[in-house]
Amino acid sequence: MTGSHEPSVTPSPPEPAPRPGSARSRRRRVLLLKSAVWVACGFPLARGLYRWFLGDGLGANPLEAMILGSGLSAFVILTASLGVTPMRRITRWNDLQKVRRLLGLWAFAYALIHVSVYLWLDQGWAWGFIVEDVTERPFIVVGTLTFLLLVPLALTSTRGWIRRLGRNWVRLHWLVYPAGALGWLHYTWGQKADLRGPLIAGAILASFLGFRVWRRVVRNRAVG
Amino acid sequence: MWIKKKPSWDTIPPSEITPYDVYLNRRQFMAAAGAGVAAAALGPSAVAAAVRRRAQEAQVGEVAFGEELRGELNDYDLITTYNNYYEFGTRKQDPAQNAGDFRPEPWSVEVSGEVHRPGRYSVEELVRPDEVEDRIYRLRCVEAWSMVVPWRGGAFRNLLTRVEPTSNAKFVAFETVYRPEEMPGQRRRVLEWPYVEGLRIDEAANELTFLATGLYGRDLPNQNGAPLRLVVPWKYGFKSIKSIVKITFTEEMPPTSWNLSAPHEYGFYANVNPEVDHPRWSQARETRLPGIRKSPTTMFNGYGEQVEHMYRGMDLTRWY
Ligand code: HEM
Repeated sequence: MTGSHEPSVTPSPPEPAPRPGSARSRRRRVLLLKSAVWVACGFPLARGLYRWFLGDGLGANPLEAMILGSGLSAFVILTASLGVTPMRRITRWNDLQKVRRLLGLWAFAYALIHVSVYLWLDQGWAWGFIVEDVTERPFIVVGTLTFLLLVPLALTSTRGWIRRLGRNWVRLHWLVYPAGALGWLHYTWGQKADLRGPLIAGAILASFLGFRVWRRVVRNRAVG
Repeated sequence: MWIKKKPSWDTIPPSEITPYDVYLNRRQFMAAAGAGVAAAALGPSAVAAAVRRRAQEAQVGEVAFGEELRGELNDYDLITTYNNYYEFGTRKQDPAQNAGDFRPEPWSVEVSGEVHRPGRYSVEELVRPDEVEDRIYRLRCVEAWSMVVPWRGGAFRNLLTRVEPTSNAKFVAFETVYRPEEMPGQRRRVLEWPYVEGLRIDEAANELTFLATGLYGRDLPNQNGAPLRLVVPWKYGFKSIKSIVKITFTEEMPPTSWNLSAPHEYGFYANVNPEVDHPRWSQARETRLPGIRKSPTTMFNGYGEQVEHMYRGMDLTRWY
């Protein structure tokens, strides 16, 4: 668990319910939380697979549906993973931390699907076109950078790597912030004219990042 | 067996049934997946197939142009549910969902500028019933997908002989209706409304330039630009302006909506050209819907024979 290096805290339930603070009820709530994340993150993929193989297909332009669907899922889940810490601080529900890695891995899974669909179905492994895209089109360059940032994070997300890298693990995983920002840029750049989605996403992303900056400033001031 | 006898709609010659890659892909998958899955899967697929065939019942009769494309025709369903018509929303499914409140009747078009016979014209005066014909054209979107559509309407040329442009008329400007109450997409400034487009006068007079009032032998559905839209098949789809209320003949090159929105991405000419890429994607290939495979894009969308002479000596990289 990414949260394993955090000091363990006494659970303080958000509502003044009859103290269910036992370890068992806490475990149950974490299990519920994780199940919810699995269901929510798995939904777009399950729905897409169902429609493609068993339903009425992915509409008039399946390729577009796959690329946009996987890209959007990757970005939304990546953004959600950046929201875990702010939400944990606000709700003081520390166990939220336990789904951060899960969210990160789901985001990576969708990014992998997104890139695979692009390389395989969209471009058909036509390397000439791919190289042209990846080097000459800023929008694709940014997408590629985002993906390249996510790869080491996904690879080092196991317990073993967390232990092996120690403090450097935290440093390395700081890369998730530029990845979120670049993902947003790629999303925005890909739009033709309608920027409503990117603006909403940008506001959410900025509030998550802003929250951390703000906390740091407040804390430094308190110390000084 | 679940179907014993071929129903009447199954007598369409195979050449007239749209190739349906996706459907085939799924069928292959099902064959591999075994009888259990196949049985479960046949339900929705069979329904989809029936819907498609019903759409094709509105047979396309004799066509004045594009007979060789008959075997590639896209389904009515696809053509009317996958649309770029930002006046009704920016997603492809939006127009079909949001165009229900739009009233294409009564309608009139204001013809003005450098013409001898300006005035308000009805749709029937612009596309006279005795001049109506069907044509099958490829439609290549700037987003690198394409489809094949059986339009009904009249040659733009016929209109020119009626309104008589003056010798000063070098361009034709078109304008889409502005009705935010009926067109929810116009309530947000995604583009500058109303949508405007334009052609050079020789382009407007080209034999291919078409004013469509229908498709698949029926009236144009609202989401496809009812009651009257332009079709210029050698140019990217956004040139084929929909729901036209104004046609103005001008001496100067008129402004065009996508050019105003992103000048480095969309030019005035917007001829289909595999050699001039969009800054964000290649135009060398296209996806023929509803498939997923790419095929090479051809110069002027394959209509070079009819239009190439208009661009001789022009640098099409500069005039994209
Ligand atoms: C090698 C890496 C990548 C390539 C080549 C790539 C390519 C593309 C392409 C071709 C599109 C379609 C644009 C369009 O048709 O409008 C797209 C859209 C998108 N991609 Fe990527 N992408 C990459 C990585 C990523 C990553 C890592 C993320 C997310 C973290 C991402 C998120 C998105 C989003 C959100 C969209 C737009 C979806 C929408 O408009 O609804 N992409 N990408």
